[in-house]
Amino acid sequence: MITLYDFELSGNCYKLRLLMSILGVEYKIVPVDFYPGREHKSATLLKLNPLGQLPIIDDDGLILRDAQAILVYLAARYDASGNWYPRDNPALLGEIGQWLAFADGITATASAARLHDGLFYDLDVEAARAGAHRLFRILDEHLWFGQQVGRDWICAADHPTISDIACFPYVLLSEEGGISRQDYPAIRRWGDRVKRVPGFIVMSGIFPAGPARAI
Amino acid sequence: MREMTSIDPVTLNLWYPIVAIGDTKPDVAGTTMLLEQPIGFAVGVSGRAAAWSARPDLRAGDTVDASSVTGGLPVKTAYGYLWTSLGTPAADIFAIPQYAEPDRRNIAAASIGVNVSAPRAIENFLDMGHFPYVHTGILGIEPHTEVKEYDVEISVDGDEILATRCRFFQPMASTVAQGGADVEYVYRVPHPFCSVLYKSSPLDEKRMDVIAIFLQPMDQEHVRAHMMLSVLDDQNDDTFIRRFQLMIFGQDKPILENQFPKRLPLDPRAETPIRADKSAIAYRRWLSQKGITYGVIPVAA
Repeated sequence: MITLYDFELSGNCYKLRLLMSILGVEYKIVPVDFYPGREHKSATLLKLNPLGQLPIIDDDGLILRDAQAILVYLAARYDASGNWYPRDNPALLGEIGQWLAFADGITATASAARLHDGLFYDLDVEAARAGAHRLFRILDEHLWFGQQVGRDWICAADHPTISDIACFPYVLLSEEGGISRQDYPAIRRWGDRVKRVPGFIVMSGIFPAGPARAI
Repeated sequence: MREMTSIDPVTLNLWYPIVAIGDTKPDVAGTTMLLEQPIGFAVGVSGRAAAWSARPDLRAGDTVDASSVTGGLPVKTAYGYLWTSLGTPAADIFAIPQYAEPDRRNIAAASIGVNVSAPRAIENFLDMGHFPYVHTGILGIEPHTEVKEYDVEISVDGDEILATRCRFFQPMASTVAQGGADVEYVYRVPHPFCSVLYKSSPLDEKRMDVIAIFLQPMDQEHVRAHMMLSVLDDQNDDTFIRRFQLMIFGQDKPILENQFPKRLPLDPRAETPIRADKSAIAYRRWLSQKGITYGVIPVAA
């Protein structure tokens, strides 16, 4: 059984809960007092992840850190459909890798701004917000042009991949860092599509899609 | 230092929480904002605390002996938090007698920054109507959406709002709830920017859990929301109880941050209330009567 070292309000922890829910993978949670207790910097947790970050999983003794890496592992190991991380499609794997790195950029900007506003992290919030807008503009254009050719998801496939899961949380939580998504209509439509994936679950700050179909 | 021109005297003279004692390092200075003023604070190993208007010689992270700070602001410690005031505060902070009961778990749950005015945050805290929609499956669920008739009174000395006989069906009222139940609530507003909620304990039908929200207005539209729990729970550790509270508050956060206008309009015609908003109506009237203008849109003269 998978154990997830988890903080409820972390978008990077949520993306693992989300994928495991979609894949129907059972797991148990070890709640970590990330805030205010900074338990991820405790000796016990540093032993599991010397970087002092969440999430971490322990799957029958296999300990992995880094949200994007864990998405790769979970999809490669537990997705019977082979769609979320298609191991036999090199072009798509390259594309997925590219957007997983992009998701790290979203964490470094949009998530950082949210940590500043909500949990009082000491950082240059204006730089973080500007960085997030730059990435959101790129993602919005990518999704907009994709829609023109009938592509609903981040990567060139007729189904979502782990890159959609990787980018989703901190884009959807951006307003908590003072980053409006008003100017990104394609992102908003894509967000609603992700919310309609069977098995979708919410976290605090992310609401389910309305009953109407996405346009 | 910025001018404090827009701060009414009632607001200025209140006690405000600024940090959880447990979040401070002994004898290390911290900084925060209160009513647009940068202030510093420190809590010593002995528990002695100090707060001061920001000064260049005491920066965040500096070592300081709290007992040696002179010319500081008034301080008190209460409910796990350090409180201060920029004016001349009352002798005491409002009482929460349950906090002293020996078998309770007292937890300073967390301090969260929210892009909202303090009065809007209090009003949301008093509202039961949003439970099934915002805290779906936890504090409420459809079709149990009715806010049943409840009572609201302002205490004899006019210094506290009390809402009683509040009842709501909750699927998972607390960390020790076993399935759904009709939960009884009592709300107190003993301070314009603090509220204390009592809800029936799943473990003891004669007693109530206490959940309080203490707001530190950083400015008129940004607060630090400090949460305090005093609950009956002999089953879960503090991390688990905190997690539950953070999950609930995290669900409220986007709702709070999307309120418009950000400041609470006190003119009764500004926003149309329904019967379920009785406590909010009393709260708005009470703020008006007190002459509070901070974080609100006062009634036009």
